[in-house]
Amino acid sequence: MDRLLFLFATGLARGAIFALFALSLVLIWRAARIVNFAQGAMALVAAYVAFAVAGFTGSYWAGLAAGILAGAAIGFGVERGLMRFAPHSSPLAGVIVAIGLVMMLQSLLGILFGAQYRPMRAPFDDSPIMVGGVPLLSPYDVFVLVVALTVMAGLGVLFTRTSLGLQLRASAFAPEVSRVLGVRVSRMVTIGWMLSAAVAALAAVLLVPTELGLNPHATDMLFVYAFAVAVVGGLDSPVGALLGGLVVGVAMTLVTGYLGATVAPIGVLVLLVAVLLLRPGGLFSLREARSA
Amino acid sequence: MTGQNTPRRGIPHTLALGAVLTVVAIGGTFLLDPYRNFQLATIAAYFCATAGLTILIGRSGQLSLGHAALMAAGGYGYALTANAMTDAGATGIPRFVVSLLAAMTVAGVLGWLLGLTAARLRGPYLAGVTLALVIAVPAVAAVFSGVLRGDQGVQIAYDGVPPLLERLIAVEQWQAWVAILVAGVVVTGLAVFARGRTGLRVRAVRDDETAARLNGVRPGRVKVGAFTVSSVAAGAGGAVLCFATQSISPGAYTLAFSLLLVVAVVLGGLGSIGGAAIGSALIVLLPWVLGVAADALPLPAEVEQRLSGNLAILVFGLLLIVVTLVRPGGLASLGRQLRPRPRGAGARHPESSPEPRPEPARELETAPPTPHRKR
Repeated sequence: MDRLLFLFATGLARGAIFALFALSLVLIWRAARIVNFAQGAMALVAAYVAFAVAGFTGSYWAGLAAGILAGAAIGFGVERGLMRFAPHSSPLAGVIVAIGLVMMLQSLLGILFGAQYRPMRAPFDDSPIMVGGVPLLSPYDVFVLVVALTVMAGLGVLFTRTSLGLQLRASAFAPEVSRVLGVRVSRMVTIGWMLSAAVAALAAVLLVPTELGLNPHATDMLFVYAFAVAVVGGLDSPVGALLGGLVVGVAMTLVTGYLGATVAPIGVLVLLVAVLLLRPGGLFSLREARSA
Repeated sequence: MTGQNTPRRGIPHTLALGAVLTVVAIGGTFLLDPYRNFQLATIAAYFCATAGLTILIGRSGQLSLGHAALMAAGGYGYALTANAMTDAGATGIPRFVVSLLAAMTVAGVLGWLLGLTAARLRGPYLAGVTLALVIAVPAVAAVFSGVLRGDQGVQIAYDGVPPLLERLIAVEQWQAWVAILVAGVVVTGLAVFARGRTGLRVRAVRDDETAARLNGVRPGRVKVGAFTVSSVAAGAGGAVLCFATQSISPGAYTLAFSLLLVVAVVLGGLGSIGGAAIGSALIVLLPWVLGVAADALPLPAEVEQRLSGNLAILVFGLLLIVVTLVRPGGLASLGRQLRPRPRGAGARHPESSPEPRPEPARELETAPPTPHRKR
């Protein structure tokens, strides 16, 4: 029972990171109608920047800030330099361009930094606190949960309460009409990409201290998990991303805790296939069929 | 060569073309040294998988990032059956044929199951599920390590040259023959599939599901069928690769390899079987050429180690992006443009032809006009 509680609590913290990353996929999906398969690799580059800055200045916080800024800059570069030119006639073209980008970024990181894992230290203690004799969350997990929930709440406010958010939503759903009404649609798409890539970078920087460390493939699994979250929650819904992230995080931590880490990829696959066969629209979506 | 806008030739023509090309390729093995023959066998094995993948992506519009997993399924099916038959006392060609059929069955069943989920999905979703599948390959090998032997993989008995040919050819050449023969049969089958009535249905479903349904085509069934056929071809490729290397392990079927298969079909030209052949040769030969070039440069050992593998991936990623943005028809469309038109226009320069030229098959642009934007 203690173990179940512990895994459940850790799963929530892990799930918050998945939710954050999935939310970044949702942001791009809503802004540009592209599932960005390069999101993991882009966030990884930002995480390398964060690692380098943290090592250079000796401050985790400087590294974190640099990582988020780098993420936004990468989002800007990828949208303006690459994705803008992908043919929009077919969803496959965007996916294929993104895969090319993944291959380029990962191999460049491999050439520049080698394949070895570079451990990244957490800013807080990561051994669990005992609550009533039961080990629960570590301070770092609490930090992750607080940051993730704050960022998500902030994005919620941005999208629903501000003029910028309204323009972002308008240009995603009705680009032509928005343009007629004076919204600078292409600028909004770029801002969507920058926001999304920054959130993804934050998720990657939060994740790395809990894993083996930085490596050119460190975010492969994160992307797969986040994709599963997006499928469970529905790509259109930020709330779905949050709930889906927590569900996937807890489920995967339980699978890892009871069956071993090697089983986790099979767990994701089973979850994906089960959700797609039983509820193709996602668990929290009312829409019937899923066609992208 | 096999673009969908070329005049529709009959099935006998396709069969004859397949047979001729297979014989020519087998004859070509006499010109190559053993290592080149091994590379040729690898190319032939990849060609099985990429031909299936190019039909799947180009003609049915389903993007699979997980064909390496289907190849692995074929490889494991081959290895386990071959070992069981060795224990039962079978050798030589019967063992190979039965194991190959087993491999294709295993991959086909897995592909059919995947196709059932795939039929409900499009584009990015299917790509994500197949991505999860290929990432799960090492996990599956580890969980069922009693049978699949984990990271170590399964070794199979050595398959030598048959006694009749022993004086004539070396073992690498024999392997190349077998690989070419299997590729010839599988790819010819795929070409017949893609050209016939079924292929037409597949394209109809890709372009407009509703219109296809109105014409009595059942989209779900057609999509599952296309996925299954493509998986059977990938399984044959995995079996041939296992035959040539005498082993199968999850380390050979990584996500990176799976993406290379996608690179091969995109560079060759989506939907074009000839393009898939060119692409398969590229993904075998380019890393090798780059490796030789990097060896020739006086680089420190550490730099060389980092460059090995990564440099080829970098080049392939760049090519993938450039081809998709600049020439979605791939190398095959380049050939189609250069080739003079039939019906008398051949003597003139193709660009100065006064008649409207048929558009080259641009698979990416013939897809349905983005219904999702209308939400």
